Amino acid sequence: MTIYNLYVFDRNGTCLYYESWNRRKESNMSKDEEFKLMYGMLYSIKSFVARMSPSESKDGFLNYRTSKYKLHFYETPTGLKFIMNTDLSVGTTRDVLFNIYSKIYVEYVVKNPLCRLDEPIQSELFASKLDTYIRSLNIFN
Amino acid sequence: MAIFSVYILNRAGGLIYHYDHFTPKSEIEKTFSYPLDITLREDDKLVVIFGERDGIKVGHALLAVNGEPVTGKRLPDGREAMEVIKNQENYPISLKFGRLKLTTNERIMLASMFHPLYAISAKLSPEQRSSGIEVLEADSFKLHCFQTHTGLKFIVLTDPKQLGMDIFLKKIYELYSDFALKNPFYSLDMPIRCELFDTNLQKALDQSERSNLYSSNPSLA
Repeated sequence: MTIYNLYVFDRNGTCLYYESWNRRKESNMSKDEEFKLMYGMLYSIKSFVARMSPSESKDGFLNYRTSKYKLHFYETPTGLKFIMNTDLSVGTTRDVLFNIYSKIYVEYVVKNPLCRLDEPIQSELFASKLDTYIRSLNIFN
Repeated sequence: MAIFSVYILNRAGGLIYHYDHFTPKSEIEKTFSYPLDITLREDDKLVVIFGERDGIKVGHALLAVNGEPVTGKRLPDGREAMEVIKNQENYPISLKFGRLKLTTNERIMLASMFHPLYAISAKLSPEQRSSGIEVLEADSFKLHCFQTHTGLKFIVLTDPKQLGMDIFLKKIYELYSDFALKNPFYSLDMPIRCELFDTNLQKALDQSERSNLYSSNPSLA
């Protein structure tokens, strides 16, 4: 099991944070373009799922998998989006993404008055806490 | 446990076949007193945007007023449904809400929307040589997609707990090859209108659901 990378988007589509751990293939475009493509894809998937759904859904889109990786999606009611790519053997990671939000993002970004909420996260403390948390997960290695 | 619908997309993302197998019922009729505690948005239809109650959910559309069906925003006699709802004299009033069924145009649009999503998901892969979306999971359904070497996509929407769909997708491919492709009146990449394909697909759907029932419930086997 392994975790490839993590994206954090705010509700306007700004990529607040990106980190990769075991990524084996870089897309042949700039990071900025990649973030836009990723956000655009998620936005479309969300509306696709809302329209396709045969009954009412609460959380909507949860994850998708291809032949090589699995993308996990978690959105807070405020529109913050956490996206994690892992390999196929990983089950649900809702609790992991929720913990990143509640125990790391809220603690080290929202509670830090020097962090602007609509800009990419600069805080080193956030980065190191997140890295420690991700590396401590048993789905990481 | 259910299979909701089957879609077939051609190489260009065009919808060439769709079949609805099972649609969960979601229509609720209730009598309301003035003033209405549900907020409706007016565009080409009346959609609930605020005030969920008694099973009426955000996103539901107004289907009928006092038993008379609403088409678009109007009642059969030509009155605007919104005017009727706003008028206190018409209360108590019985309103029916429910999910709107997808129109054929919307289905075509959604199908061509899935096509680029499939391509982007392959492009954004952190791992070499990834395919596009094979399974997409939401809380109310699961989408299974199988792309053939020729670029055709078979998509099945099921209940989140439904199993054994990869075999079923291959089965549809087999049916497509046997009954659509071998039909001399079928032109490639065009909508499939073929009775034999329809009947065989239905048979396969029923069979797949039954076998799934047995495998998930050993007492029935």
